[in-house]
Amino acid sequence: MTTPVLFDIPGPRARARIRIGTGIGILLILGILAVVLVRLAGNGQLEAQRWAVLFDARTGVPQTLGRALVNTLQVAAVGMVVATLLGLLLAVGRLSDHRPVRWLVGTYIEFFRAIPLLVVIFALYFVLPKYDIELSAFQALAGGLILYNSAVLAEIFRAGILSIDKGQREAAFGIGMRKYQVMSLVLLPQATRRMLPVLIAQLVVLLKDSSLGFIIGYFELLRGARSLVEFFSLSFGNQYTFQLYVAAGLIYIVINVLLSQLANLVERRTRRRPTTAGTQAMELPADVQMGQGGGAAASPR
Amino acid sequence: MRTTRYAASLAALGLMLAACGGSEAGNQAEDAADSNVEVQEEVDFEAGTTMAELAEAGSMTVGTKFDQPGFGLLNPNTETPEGFDVEIAKLIAAELGIAPEDIEWTETVSANREPFLQNGQVDMVVATYTINDARKELIDFAGPYYEAGQDIMVAAGNPEGIEGPEDLAGKNVCSVEGSTPAQNIRDNYPEATLTLFDVYSKCADALANGQVDAVTTDNVILTGLVAGSDGAFELVGNPFTEEPYGIGVPKGDDEFRAFINDTLEEAYESGAWADAWDRTAGAISGQEAPEPPAVDRY
Amino acid sequence: MQFLADNFDLLWDAFLTTLSLSLLAGLLALVLGTLLAAARVSPIPPLRGLASFYVETFRNTPLTVVFFFLIFGLPQIDFILGFYTGAVLSLGLYTAAFVCEAVRSGINSVSTGQAEASRAIGLTFGQSLREVVLPQAFRTVVPPLGNVFIAMVKNSSIAAGFATSELSSLLPRLVNADAGQLTAVLLGVVIAYMIITLPLAFGVHRLERRVAILR
Repeated sequence: MTTPVLFDIPGPRARARIRIGTGIGILLILGILAVVLVRLAGNGQLEAQRWAVLFDARTGVPQTLGRALVNTLQVAAVGMVVATLLGLLLAVGRLSDHRPVRWLVGTYIEFFRAIPLLVVIFALYFVLPKYDIELSAFQALAGGLILYNSAVLAEIFRAGILSIDKGQREAAFGIGMRKYQVMSLVLLPQATRRMLPVLIAQLVVLLKDSSLGFIIGYFELLRGARSLVEFFSLSFGNQYTFQLYVAAGLIYIVINVLLSQLANLVERRTRRRPTTAGTQAMELPADVQMGQGGGAAASPR
Repeated sequence: MRTTRYAASLAALGLMLAACGGSEAGNQAEDAADSNVEVQEEVDFEAGTTMAELAEAGSMTVGTKFDQPGFGLLNPNTETPEGFDVEIAKLIAAELGIAPEDIEWTETVSANREPFLQNGQVDMVVATYTINDARKELIDFAGPYYEAGQDIMVAAGNPEGIEGPEDLAGKNVCSVEGSTPAQNIRDNYPEATLTLFDVYSKCADALANGQVDAVTTDNVILTGLVAGSDGAFELVGNPFTEEPYGIGVPKGDDEFRAFINDTLEEAYESGAWADAWDRTAGAISGQEAPEPPAVDRY
Repeated sequence: MQFLADNFDLLWDAFLTTLSLSLLAGLLALVLGTLLAAARVSPIPPLRGLASFYVETFRNTPLTVVFFFLIFGLPQIDFILGFYTGAVLSLGLYTAAFVCEAVRSGINSVSTGQAEASRAIGLTFGQSLREVVLPQAFRTVVPPLGNVFIAMVKNSSIAAGFATSELSSLLPRLVNADAGQLTAVLLGVVIAYMIITLPLAFGVHRLERRVAILR
């Protein structure tokens, strides 16, 4: 909503009211913040040394969180790249002229969207070995992320391909291109560019979901933080628990907010391009953004 | 841009914190006592046995817990587990001519120990693994190598006056979902209110916050939590079950099982077993090594 | 399967817990999410800022982290919730961010002519939102909203790690009782989830088709 249509531009009196309201609001928020800080301090949670542990290289905390973050990023990156490629193929398959192909791909998509990702990862790691297929924790986690996200992305790609102006397709056929040429040379390149912001947004979901990996012992960010908490509990009780989880939470938020910003930036860029003067920017459906919980504790322990 | 600036100032603050005194954890950081198992140089096993295969391969995969202080706890800095279970596994590996660094550690949680063994994803499981008949249907056990018992941990001073499981009636007691101790409370002390998390560290947090009145599980695990609590928790010290810990091997591999039992008995004799205890669980709890249990060659 | 039949009471209890948890959290998310969406299109800039701060924060945090802060973070400021209350709040607060996103895109989908017309006949911001825009928005929003609630039901499994004995907490419990039944237990739990999610999905599909015809 660029120009407000639901309300008039506030006049001087309304602006004054808003200013007063804002002032009260800010005071209220500052008040709550003060109470929080005072109580945290009262419980010793603000002691400098408790926070210093996050940066104290001698404890290995920064290194461990760093390594765990790299693991998280790695599995998310691999998962994203493969899921995107597979998703593209599936989307093309779903738009195929051949009924069996359409049906097969449709079943795949519905199936993997319906069952919890956790169950997929679990099955890849524990059930496949019964059939002599052994996957490492990394492979099982990446595999689960790929299967689920390719199904989600296929649907988004399909919408993207369908959103390309009909004229493009007709013109391409008109100059004598074959079906696969129309798809690969005309429709997909345009659709992909339009999808770029959505793909980046999906990466946020993947990053959150990669924390499901701890059920199969993959050392990702949340597992890393928990491991540190448990390790310190041997000598220091729960002195550092709050700080470590705050750190892990902040790392997720910072990275994901940066990614979201990137997605917004790319969206504005692509929208400016005349070649993609599409109808509407694509958006990631809200339920997809929710992810699969990320770090579900539903593991059979 | 703004985010970058925030991040930079945050990092600067961190460096400042680290510079002025650092953290208590950092000041106390010291290397864990190195294990001093002697790896057999010359090993000779009958061809076709599991031992021959493992010795030939020069490496093995061991399943253990990564979240049990004193028994199997992941050291996040080295990304390898440490504890009594880990030392026992190293002793067995050494007899096969496998050095500690050639052991691949796999995290096992309560529910995947049997599938891991059945699928052959691990060669053996040393993971605070209580021997019982239901499990013997699926796998076999060497050992026991330790006798634990379920106990109760409470806040310092025992404000609720909990002396045994009978006193848990009407109290909020914490354990881990899917653990044998939790099932025991459910079956035998139904008056207690169970609060179940997925890991014990959360139970410790809940007890510290006063969200629960007590934590119950095997005494050895509680000892680790008490040791770290800096006097905030105490152990009731009245074990009310017997939990013989065994080493899980694939069903029917009797030669391997016998070999592990022999190795355990040797370790009892040579003092390696007691030494392993002193460096791990014993170092945490300050308790002397107990009398090792007799292995059960069923 | 016999194993599942033997433990039917457990499954039923856990099923009810998942259901009640989802219902309460869903209600909270619906109310809060709609308020947030209204705030995001409101004339008051700080309100818009606050609402988008809320959405950005929750959207970019794994749900587990939210749970952790409500269950173990709040006691650090001397504020202790019951575990079930904590689970309802965590799930509801997290989902509200996505309800807000769904409703907001619904509001944006209502043609500007509608808003202009309602303004022209002298309705205030609150009135035009309540009487004109939201009723139309909710119709287009029902399918994505339905999907959000389906996802929420699946996500409620996180509560298992925070002392709420819902469906997925049965996995570790029953598997510890008999590891040989892993596949059966897995199947039973998935089916129980589907008993909640499939009718929801079916309803969403039907509504989707209806809305499509109306356009």
